[in-house]
Amino acid sequence: MTTVIEKNQKSGRLEIGTPLLEVKDLHVEFHTRDGVAKAVNGVNYSVAAGETLAVLGESGSGKSVTAQTIMGILDMPPGKISQGQILFRGQDMLAMKEEERRLIRGQKIAMIFQDALSSLNPVMTVGAQLGEMFRVHRGASKKEAREKAIELMERVRIPAARQRVGDYPHQFSGGMRQRIMIAMALSMEPDLIIADEPTTALDVTVQAQVMDLLAELQAEYNMGLILITHDLGVVADVADKIAVMYAGRIVETAPVRELYANPAHPYTKGLLRSIPRLDQKGQELYAIKGLPPNLLKVPAGCAFNPRCDVATDLCRTEIPKLHQVTDKDGKELTGRRSACHLWKETLHG
Amino acid sequence: MSDTITKDASAPAGDNTPKTEPAKNQKPERVASLWSDAVRDLRRNPLFIIGGVLVLALIVISIVPGWFTDGSPFANGACDLSHSLERPSAEHWFGYDVQGCDNYTRTIWGARNSIIVGILTTTLVTVVGSLLGLLAGWKGGVIDSILSRFTEIFFSIPTLLGGMLIMSMLGKGNAYTVSLVMAVLGWPQIYRIMRASVLANKNNDYVMAARALGAGAGRITFRHILPNAIAPVIVVAAISLGVYIGAESALSYLGIGVQSPEISWGLMISDAQVRFLAAPHVLLFPAAVLSVTVLAFIMLGDAVRDALDPKLR
Repeated sequence: MTTVIEKNQKSGRLEIGTPLLEVKDLHVEFHTRDGVAKAVNGVNYSVAAGETLAVLGESGSGKSVTAQTIMGILDMPPGKISQGQILFRGQDMLAMKEEERRLIRGQKIAMIFQDALSSLNPVMTVGAQLGEMFRVHRGASKKEAREKAIELMERVRIPAARQRVGDYPHQFSGGMRQRIMIAMALSMEPDLIIADEPTTALDVTVQAQVMDLLAELQAEYNMGLILITHDLGVVADVADKIAVMYAGRIVETAPVRELYANPAHPYTKGLLRSIPRLDQKGQELYAIKGLPPNLLKVPAGCAFNPRCDVATDLCRTEIPKLHQVTDKDGKELTGRRSACHLWKETLHG
Repeated sequence: MSDTITKDASAPAGDNTPKTEPAKNQKPERVASLWSDAVRDLRRNPLFIIGGVLVLALIVISIVPGWFTDGSPFANGACDLSHSLERPSAEHWFGYDVQGCDNYTRTIWGARNSIIVGILTTTLVTVVGSLLGLLAGWKGGVIDSILSRFTEIFFSIPTLLGGMLIMSMLGKGNAYTVSLVMAVLGWPQIYRIMRASVLANKNNDYVMAARALGAGAGRITFRHILPNAIAPVIVVAAISLGVYIGAESALSYLGIGVQSPEISWGLMISDAQVRFLAAPHVLLFPAAVLSVTVLAFIMLGDAVRDALDPKLR
């Protein structure tokens, strides 16, 4: 089963383009008192070394649940993986024993969380938390771990790292805390990083700095990056391809520029129209009407149909497949798919 | 009210010392964490200082009572019946008891049993209660249900009443059996606090982050959850220490705790009560010392609670 991985002999890093992670037909549901909430309904995506996949979606679209399932930190119960495979370098992680998975976590796949303040232990110094990675996974001594922690803090450009290694998380600013989270995720030089809304808790200028840092480190280490976000602005500069999620399904995938220029799904279109623009000063802002669906009772047919401007009767009865998108001449557009019965009209009309 | 006044009064005096410090200490002033904040708070709290000094004195007394008295109450000729029930004097501050033993010597030597019971019981209760609470809170599910029902059985037994029952079954008691019996009855309180505290902490993001970084269950429990959950346990343990000392005296008073010829304040009070009207000093001195001891520990516990509970600031 194991695929041959070509590692660069000199650096020990993966070649760009080596397939890393493949999520295949993943279904996750939550059993609650009110019924079964289907949070993820057949998600497929893949990431290669050096590639950035942005997963875009509103709250409750299943983007974070997918990420937690990949990491193996989904709370089960109430969560349940009812179907699917998660292949990491060709091996199905869902079939692995917990002990094997634990060795992947942090070392091969690492995660950056949204709120760095609550994701760092308030009673441990950041140095101890960074160093813990080396003590757990590499068996480093206390002193070595401390040196490594300082090195990492310098790596993510925390000023006066040596003086600040003994500080507690709350003594750092929001941006610095997120840098520490990034340092922690990077510490074991993983092949893949999952960043779950890494900049949501930060203000705009700091957001840009953190994203730049992340992109730079990714390029340096040739890591794969899954960037989970609801912020279209964050995605544009760093992502290679985008997967848009709605109600637990991927509704559109596309290379980032093509998606921005020419969306093939009414939901994506609506999202892009909702971005406030400078040249529309004084006009009313566009919003997609309605609310995201309750996952306990997802609408029949296309989950987006009650909010969609162009929905037809077909949309209310039949769940659309993820169609391969073609250009006007019928030529297939690589990497472009849309789960809309009316993708042709949306894209070309 | 008086609290604020003393604080204000001591503030300038307290400020003077740190001012000179930075010159010697090149270390930049650190923003405080929960624990260093608590320590700073405690140093300024008169409740803590008084309680701390008293407790420290009691501990020294119980370890080396010989420093504070001339002779051992167990020595031959320590008691002289001709002095029976003699009133306090300049030489014998606490007077003599009915056997003609020096009341002061006995009171000093009695401290040891009280301190042993207090510290031993609190340690046992805290260790057992915390570990079980940690287990129940972290594992949840069936383990939690079983442990919690089991705890409720113990919780429904009143400590003193249950203690009387078990002690009378055990027969001859000493400080160690008293501690053990009270620990058996006392751990559910700590268990409950620890369990609740773990439940409140385990769903925090940093626990998930630790999991995502590959930490195992043991490391998460002891390195991440325990240090965040332990504060309320410390507070309750500190306060109950005084209560356990009181309970030991009560059991000894009832004749089922520490037994003669061992010395315990409860036992001394019990022996003296028959002749209280004729010789009140024999009872009043150990009783007063007992009260002060319990008060000192409770003051200490209160101060720790105030320092560790950010909501009370």
